[in-house]
Amino acid sequence: MTAGLHIDALRKSVPGGRVLFSGLMLDVRPGELVAIMGESGSGKSTLLNVIAGLDQPDSGDVVIEGERLAALDERGLTDLRRRQIGFVFQAFHILPYLTLRRNVALPLAIGKASTAEAMRRADEMLDLVGLGTRGDDYARDLSGGEMQRVAIARALIHRPALILADEPTGNLDPETAELVLKLFAQATRERGAAGVLVTHSAAAAAIADRILLLTPTGLIAANV
Amino acid sequence: MSKTALRWMIAGEWRQHPARIAMATLAIAVGVALGFAVHLVNGSALTSFGQAIRTVSGAADLQIKAASELGLDEALYARVALAADVADASPVVMLKAASANGEAIPVLGLDVIRAANVTPTTIGVSASGPGTGASDPFAEDALFLSRTALAAAGVQVGDSLTISANGLSQTMIVRGMLPAVADGQRLGVIDIAAAQSLFGRLGRIDRIVLKLAEGADPEAVRARLAAILPPGALLSNGDDQAAQSDALSRAYRVNLDMLALVALLTGSFLVYATQSLSVARRLQAFALLRTLGLQRRGIIALVAMEGALAGIVGSILGLLLGYAIAAGALAFLGGDLGGGYFGDAPPPLIFAPGAALAFFALGMIAAIGGSVVPALQGARAAPAVALKNVGDAIDPRALPGLRLPLVLAVLGTGAALMPAAARLPLFGYLSIAFLLAAGIAAMPAIARALLTPLAIRPSRVFSFDLAVLHLRGSPGAAASALSGIVASTALMIAMAVMVTSFRGAVDEWLGDILSGDLYLRTDPGSGGFDRAAQSALAQVRGVERIVFSRTVPLVLDPSQPPMQLIARPVLPAMEAMTLIGGAARVPGGAVPVWLSEPAARILAREKGDMLRLPIGGGQRFAVAGIWRDYARQQGAMVIESKDYERLTGDSTRDSAMVVIAPSAKSADVSAALIAASPIALKGRVQAAQPAVLRRFALKLFDRSFAITYLLEAVAIIVGLAGVAATSSAQALARTREFGMLRHIGVSRGQIIAMLGSEGALLGLVGSIAGVLLGAMISQVLIHVVNPQSFNWTMTTRFPLGLMASVIAALTLAAAFTAMLAGRRALSVDAVRAVRADW
Repeated sequence: MTAGLHIDALRKSVPGGRVLFSGLMLDVRPGELVAIMGESGSGKSTLLNVIAGLDQPDSGDVVIEGERLAALDERGLTDLRRRQIGFVFQAFHILPYLTLRRNVALPLAIGKASTAEAMRRADEMLDLVGLGTRGDDYARDLSGGEMQRVAIARALIHRPALILADEPTGNLDPETAELVLKLFAQATRERGAAGVLVTHSAAAAAIADRILLLTPTGLIAANV
Repeated sequence: MSKTALRWMIAGEWRQHPARIAMATLAIAVGVALGFAVHLVNGSALTSFGQAIRTVSGAADLQIKAASELGLDEALYARVALAADVADASPVVMLKAASANGEAIPVLGLDVIRAANVTPTTIGVSASGPGTGASDPFAEDALFLSRTALAAAGVQVGDSLTISANGLSQTMIVRGMLPAVADGQRLGVIDIAAAQSLFGRLGRIDRIVLKLAEGADPEAVRARLAAILPPGALLSNGDDQAAQSDALSRAYRVNLDMLALVALLTGSFLVYATQSLSVARRLQAFALLRTLGLQRRGIIALVAMEGALAGIVGSILGLLLGYAIAAGALAFLGGDLGGGYFGDAPPPLIFAPGAALAFFALGMIAAIGGSVVPALQGARAAPAVALKNVGDAIDPRALPGLRLPLVLAVLGTGAALMPAAARLPLFGYLSIAFLLAAGIAAMPAIARALLTPLAIRPSRVFSFDLAVLHLRGSPGAAASALSGIVASTALMIAMAVMVTSFRGAVDEWLGDILSGDLYLRTDPGSGGFDRAAQSALAQVRGVERIVFSRTVPLVLDPSQPPMQLIARPVLPAMEAMTLIGGAARVPGGAVPVWLSEPAARILAREKGDMLRLPIGGGQRFAVAGIWRDYARQQGAMVIESKDYERLTGDSTRDSAMVVIAPSAKSADVSAALIAASPIALKGRVQAAQPAVLRRFALKLFDRSFAITYLLEAVAIIVGLAGVAATSSAQALARTREFGMLRHIGVSRGQIIAMLGSEGALLGLVGSIAGVLLGAMISQVLIHVVNPQSFNWTMTTRFPLGLMASVIAALTLAAAFTAMLAGRRALSVDAVRAVRADW
């Protein structure tokens, strides 16, 4: 079984025929964080969608923790996302009608964990991101940076093998962004997850172990 | 806010969400249409009714009317005609006649010369034209008919026609027409002498129509005439006539108007629901505008203006639709919309510009009113919080306030305790409005209270638990989604409880009063059974016992419809009469009279009170008891047959209750009784069994409430449309949330299940709250509106089956619409749903 993320000869075009990328190869080991940069419209977000099983490639294969996405149906892909993938969104997406503890516990609540276990783990995760005393608060009480820390806690609570983040600091000021990125990188590495970070920001990319540039012919090492 | 910015914002919203605006506009249109249609139909019927009265009384300044069908001594005419300041007086005999083909045609006996001066509209014109002398209007067999009467009788000018009245039949010649009588009105005119001699009214007249001398003071003449009038004669003027026709159906019309307004009220809640969602969705945009320097009032103006535009379009559409509905309703249901107050001929539709303006204004108020509350919420939201897009404007931790609902509930209870205003339960309606507003204002608290147990003890079914948390954590959104459903359910249940209680009470009452085996009744105006006929009927084989009665309309107040005086044996059995609160002792010298419940309320009399009636000269009457009666809204009173005969000399009877010998068959006895009736009553005596009468009475009841069921159904449909619109808007507004959930592993099915659970919970909470609120409002209808409108009381009966069905149906419908909306929202794929991020 291949641990982490393995991408083999991935090709994706958009309606109209333009090829976003072709022959794309990538391996991300557990505990490794890879940053992907590229121009707007180069297909960074599409690549993340394909990795998450939310978009279909023209050809090629994505393997996460030994599971080939091409072999999974809609149900299997949903199940894989619930077990193996954590997401960090640019706009946080903290549900306003749930307390922070419940927001973080959401991925466990979807699965089979008991409520008590989900809440205990949510508290642990909130502690990890420095919000241990805020479990009963709501999104309306938080700053942007705090919301993204909650989102990171939510992305990690179910111990995913892969964490995908798209511009996680796009809505944050530089100082907060740095703090959040450090937290993200540290939490990902400590938990042995493979991390893929898409960003425009060279400063954000600098936190990664490797920085790659997305081109129509695949990923190449970037000179940042 | 500048006009340009306002235009941009409104146009943008309407372009982006045309269906939402269309729904709100349509809700207002339906409400205005129903209200306007009901008002137009009632107005047209009343105008026609008034026209009919004016035809008979012409431009008379004053009238002297007999208080009962027994009429007045004609000697009174000479005294009245000679009174000072009376320029002319026209005596009238009124016959409840029927043509040979059984059609009812009221016939007036007139002195043509007098009538030409006082009531020229009742003057007949011969076929060859006026003044030709081709026919003698004084001829004993001359009959003049209105166009509608000619058609009803199936004759033409020149034909002979047999008419029956007071048990006598006479063949007349149709000498001409009554051109001044309006279409739709049946009327015949004969010479007064012929009316008296041919139809058993010798020496009697029913009214004297007066024309006063120029410059005479009507009040002074009135006072002078009052001094010479005998008991049993009443003075009235044109205003009294109009008031009487208005009073007859007033309560029914006002109640229908109010019910029609329910649809508009529900429409207003739909506007509120859609505008609330629209505001919630645009909180960020409003926050941006506020950040850019827009004052709070600019936001309020923007949202209120959107409502006003929907109101203008909806109200205009509603007026057009209402006119069309009114035309259809007049053709199919008649002028009283099934209420049974006016004649059978549908009156012509009369457009009422004042009412049109009033309903346009009501539509505007409903639309703007439904927008102002969300507008205030939108303006109140702190821009900094709203810009973060953190959901509901109401903090999920805040305990929903109960002060406003409590204040409204206290106001509602206070209004319910107020007496009628202008003989109408206006405070009762105000109470209903307050209670409804209280219930809706309490919805966030009620929803919180009902959902908290579910939130505390999760079911471990993810979709359901998330649905509970969403509803509990978004009190503002939940309350706006619930308002329409609660309002329509509450009003529908309140009406249903009232109608069920009423129907149950009527059914029970029918069982009490229909204690005989067979009932005989003669047609009005047929003259009834004289003494000989009564003896003959009592001798019929198979009749064990027969109890005759006589019903006479009795005018106690010229501005009010007549009460019914019923003469029949009462003591000692008190048969067919359910007393409310037992009997009272009657002082010596007073004649006992038993008042129906409506009569007691109208006359403001209780057991033991003394009473004066326009029969029997100065005889004193005492209220011996009050009995339940649902048949005669304008009141009835019973006196002993022997007292009636002693006081009036009238020994005829118009109906009878028959107890059949155990060995006899009902059908045989019925046929024998009809056969034994006098020849003059041939075809004018009906026999019916209690079961048939009961069925007929309940059919009439259902007919008069048919329109209310229709209006309730419309209110429910508008309410359900509100749920559908709300579900749809909320689901679409949450596509990003669904996108995130899909990313973290929630399946499409789970999200649809979550939305279905939310819909079901909303439907359940809304319908339970609506049913409870409806049960409260029904008490106002039963104990305030009904007694103040119709003067009768009843005990409450809850239609438990219907209540359970409404809860089940609304829960399922809400779940179904929410799932449909969810499927639509989920058609936007998860990737695009969070496109701001990926």
